[in-house]
Amino acid sequence: MSDVSTRDWLLSDRPASRRQARLGQAYRTWSQLRRNKLAMVGLGIVVVLIVMAIFANVIAPDDPIRGGDLRTMRLLPPSWSHLMGTDDQARDIFSRIVHGSRLTLMVVAMVAVIATPIGLAVGTTAGYFGGWVDVVLMRTTDIFLAFPRLILALAFVAALGPGIENAIIAIAITSWPPYARLARAETLQIRDADYIAAIRLQGAGRARIIWGHIVPLCLSSVIVRVTLDMAGIILTAAGLGFLGLGAQPPQPEWGAMIAAGRRFMIDFWWVATMPGIAIFVVSLGFNLLGDGLRDVLDPKGET
Amino acid sequence: MSVSPANEGGRWRALPILGLKAGKLIATVAVTFLGLLVVTFLIGRVVPVDPVLAVVGDRASKSTYDAAYIALGLDKPLYQQFFIYLKQALSGDLGVSVLTKKPIIEDIARVFPATLELATAGIILGTLFGVPLGVWGAVRQGRLPDQVIRVVGLVGYSAPIFWLGLLGLLVFYAKLQWVAGPGRIDIAYEYTVTQTTGLLLIDTAMQGEWGAFRNVLAHLALPATLLGYFSMAYISRMTRSFMLAELGQEYIITARVKGVAEWRIIWVHALRNAAVPLVTVIALSYAGLLEGSVLTETVFAWPGLGQYLTNSLQNADMNAVLGGTLVIGIIFVGLNLLSDLLYTVLDPRVRRRS
Amino acid sequence: MTHFSKFLAAAIVTGALGLTSVPVQAETPPDTLIQAWQLDDIISLDPAEVFEFTASEILGNSYQPLVGYDVNDVSDIFGVIAEKWEVSEDGKTFTFTIKPDLQFASGNPITAADPVYSIQRAVKLDKSPAFILTQFGLTADNVDQMVRQTGDMTFELEMDKAYAPTLLLYCLTATVGFVVDKELVVSHEVDGDFGYEWLKTNYAGSGPFTIREWRANDVVVMERNDNFSGDAPAMARAIYRHIPEGSTQRLLLEQGDIDIARNLGAEEIVALADNPDLKIEDGIKGSIYYMGLNQKSEFLSNPLVAEAMKYLVDYQTIADTIMNGKVKVHQAFLPEGFLGALDDNPYSLDVEKAKALLAEAGYPDGFTVTMDTRNTPEITAIAEAIQQTMAQAGIMLELIPGDGQQTLTKYRARSHDIYIGRWGPDYQDPHTNADTFARNPDNSDDAASKPLAWRNAWDIPEMTAAADAAVLEKDAGTRAEMYLALQREHQQVSPFVIMFQEIEVLGIRNNVNGFIIGPSFNDNSFRNVTKTE
Repeated sequence: MSDVSTRDWLLSDRPASRRQARLGQAYRTWSQLRRNKLAMVGLGIVVVLIVMAIFANVIAPDDPIRGGDLRTMRLLPPSWSHLMGTDDQARDIFSRIVHGSRLTLMVVAMVAVIATPIGLAVGTTAGYFGGWVDVVLMRTTDIFLAFPRLILALAFVAALGPGIENAIIAIAITSWPPYARLARAETLQIRDADYIAAIRLQGAGRARIIWGHIVPLCLSSVIVRVTLDMAGIILTAAGLGFLGLGAQPPQPEWGAMIAAGRRFMIDFWWVATMPGIAIFVVSLGFNLLGDGLRDVLDPKGET
Repeated sequence: MSVSPANEGGRWRALPILGLKAGKLIATVAVTFLGLLVVTFLIGRVVPVDPVLAVVGDRASKSTYDAAYIALGLDKPLYQQFFIYLKQALSGDLGVSVLTKKPIIEDIARVFPATLELATAGIILGTLFGVPLGVWGAVRQGRLPDQVIRVVGLVGYSAPIFWLGLLGLLVFYAKLQWVAGPGRIDIAYEYTVTQTTGLLLIDTAMQGEWGAFRNVLAHLALPATLLGYFSMAYISRMTRSFMLAELGQEYIITARVKGVAEWRIIWVHALRNAAVPLVTVIALSYAGLLEGSVLTETVFAWPGLGQYLTNSLQNADMNAVLGGTLVIGIIFVGLNLLSDLLYTVLDPRVRRRS
Repeated sequence: MTHFSKFLAAAIVTGALGLTSVPVQAETPPDTLIQAWQLDDIISLDPAEVFEFTASEILGNSYQPLVGYDVNDVSDIFGVIAEKWEVSEDGKTFTFTIKPDLQFASGNPITAADPVYSIQRAVKLDKSPAFILTQFGLTADNVDQMVRQTGDMTFELEMDKAYAPTLLLYCLTATVGFVVDKELVVSHEVDGDFGYEWLKTNYAGSGPFTIREWRANDVVVMERNDNFSGDAPAMARAIYRHIPEGSTQRLLLEQGDIDIARNLGAEEIVALADNPDLKIEDGIKGSIYYMGLNQKSEFLSNPLVAEAMKYLVDYQTIADTIMNGKVKVHQAFLPEGFLGALDDNPYSLDVEKAKALLAEAGYPDGFTVTMDTRNTPEITAIAEAIQQTMAQAGIMLELIPGDGQQTLTKYRARSHDIYIGRWGPDYQDPHTNADTFARNPDNSDDAASKPLAWRNAWDIPEMTAAADAAVLEKDAGTRAEMYLALQREHQQVSPFVIMFQEIEVLGIRNNVNGFIIGPSFNDNSFRNVTKTE
């Protein structure tokens, strides 16, 4: 093996182990993705976001929460000492945006971690069992889908109390139904496939079939969908922040920063524009990456 | 017809199933609405806001407060409150808004046309631009136009709509004065127009008030363009992928071999077959615009359902929230079922199982 | 495919032309006054129910009270519908005489039957503002005897105690004392509801303007009342447009789409000051910004902590920057302009002093408390600024934002630590604020009345007695002294950090003149507004 290059090992059409097969698949995905320039731009943005979040303390020149002198340092335009200017509480906007990346990343990660398993479980179960199980689960899903998403999140935050954690829970609660529908549709297509029937004949239990065989097959399209939705999650979080129901002041959450800055929009354009650009760039990054991933993983097309 | 799509006959065979589905539809809708009612009712009870406050305000004496408490039925047990809600909702009575003091139905009838007009203008713009752009992107797959269209679409997906709205107002209204400002119509015109349909474009046109008509158009332009842009992003993307799927079909190759003109293949054969799933996409996107109007209406001071809902929610006017949510729910569930039906008709794999 | 791209280009160009060719109207009609205001707090147009700033202003321009006062000197009280009044020997009964030959917008003549009906109706309906009348001992059961018509143009009003005479008169200037057209309202009565269902959205008054239409969260349309007894207003129509955002109002104002913007922020005011087409006018209002420290909290119930906190707000800087032009520093519970208002502002930011007080209280390293903050931009900005100065002395302030109803629900349940808010007086008599800041007759959790002192669990039997004594004092000079003493003590010991008094600021087009800004919202008047070309 040692004389065979890693690349050849990864691309071998006769993988010797499951692990080799999986790694090979991942490598093929990666090399396809790498050819997509836009996806690479997206990946770059996401990586920058992660780096920014990790090293926020090092990158940010000023304290994101404690402001300067209200009389002399409010609403200063962008300059070398304040790259993005200062806000109405005399805080450095650049430092706030850098620290805000942590909140954004946290929201996205937590929502994905909470919503994906719920959607997968509901969708695959409904699709596999069919009948009344399907009806009950999908009607529940429809009920959640039938709500205006932002309003539902808003209502949940109102019920749970404002705050970034509750905003995350609220967004997660409103995010899973599309994944459930997607997983169900995928399950419907594969549940009668021959190899599933073969596994069933071998005596595998329903739970094992769903979790061991159906879920993994649904996973890739659901993950693509989640990646695509990440931009939406960021925008919903920003919308909640904009309405004053997300992160609490003085936390540097980008949506809340726009809300605070829109009063100054006309004369002090940078206060609301800078966090807007941050939201836009990051959600564009996730969209570009998700788009590229879909092309690679789900060549059948859209879902 | 020289070229016929593979599943042409399938649509006709689906008719009996369609009837069966229609029967189930009523039951489905009933169950969904019951669920809607339960969820809104529960949210309304969990919200840490005293509903009496919204009625009598902060300064009322205790006797005033108690009278309102009983009038709202809050002294009854929770399940009884729910059944009262349910009974009234079923008889078409969604209650009276705490804020406007009018029946919810009346309120919604008043604000809904504003949202409908905006969303309709948005979806028309989105479709007019989205479909051709999607087709173009599919035809030029991977080349420059495709990339440009894709990026333009992704920008639409990525920008916070309230932020774009604010920037748009700043640039096109405040600086360039190309469009009219927030609201649906200039106050100067507002009382020359009688609202019969509530859709101001139609009302002004019917009354021949062309000055007012242009004014309504000037107000509609910016928010409708914004919503149109967002739905265009979605529609062009979906059109592109449907077209790609169709253009890879055998009947297209057959047509090409037979020497059918390329424009005809694209615009007649392929697009016609992509059209049916596309209608579903447009319908869903339409519903999305109706529900997604919350932030846009806030930015543009648009007196529609989105603003009504946010405002009601913030004032703990749960009757109004329930009513507004029900209306959007009806539209959404209806369009979802429609999309289900269409897919049943279209995709033989799914139909076989049902 | 090239003709396709041509088609597309053509479509885009046509679209763009379609937008640009639309003319933008930029002037309001000469006989119409158009104001942009956040109108979403209107819940009723019935004087017996109205309690909100916006609706009171609308009623102030469309109804008339029995008595009024000079907006520049509120101690000058005069009759409006009443010609004169007398107080009985025992100080408990007022006899009012109605001016002859007045009529309502409907054409019905105004007689003593109308004010009697209006007061009885408000007491019996018992809506939010009813307490302003019921505090004189009027109840649904006795109001028919206590308020009685004695002639065509005379009636008597009897109270349970001999209150300071100005108290009743000021209470009658509040919207709940406005006179409604009895004949018209009675004709719309359903099941003995005193026309309540009808009047919520309709009009039965005698003021300079009539209310033609109110569409919730959208618009209020008023028209000149041709039967008005005074000089006819120059404006044929006055329209309020619901525009929630200050920045949007500013745009509309700059474009000339509206005449007056009512919710401008501090930065907008500064920006508009340089615009030659506009002017900024302001007037001091009675509302007070304060923090309430809940005495149920272990930290906040320590008087030294409360005192330290009064040194941890940078009053003047906030008033000069984030609230520039919209507030003035004011640290007593009676607002400027009221009888006996205290003008001293003894507190300013002094971190060292606060630290010493905290150390003395046993918290040298500070502590963490929460503050319920209404999510309006201004309250939030003030709260954030306070958060920063508190942190300098080690007090970590966690803000809990919420909408108005939410924070209020929590406040009224006494489950907050600190509440930051705004309090507006209900009428022009000092008792209105003394009643809430300095009276707490029952501090138990299920008390019937919930004044601000109760909400912060501040048990003050002596101060309550002092406030009760002040309201019965007949001599205005002595009464003013009593309130001054009350405020001085309150300023030192109370768990209220009183910070600012509100200034109302209007952005007005240059061609609009004559808008009067009064001390309360129902004093704001546009009946004398004129427009020049």
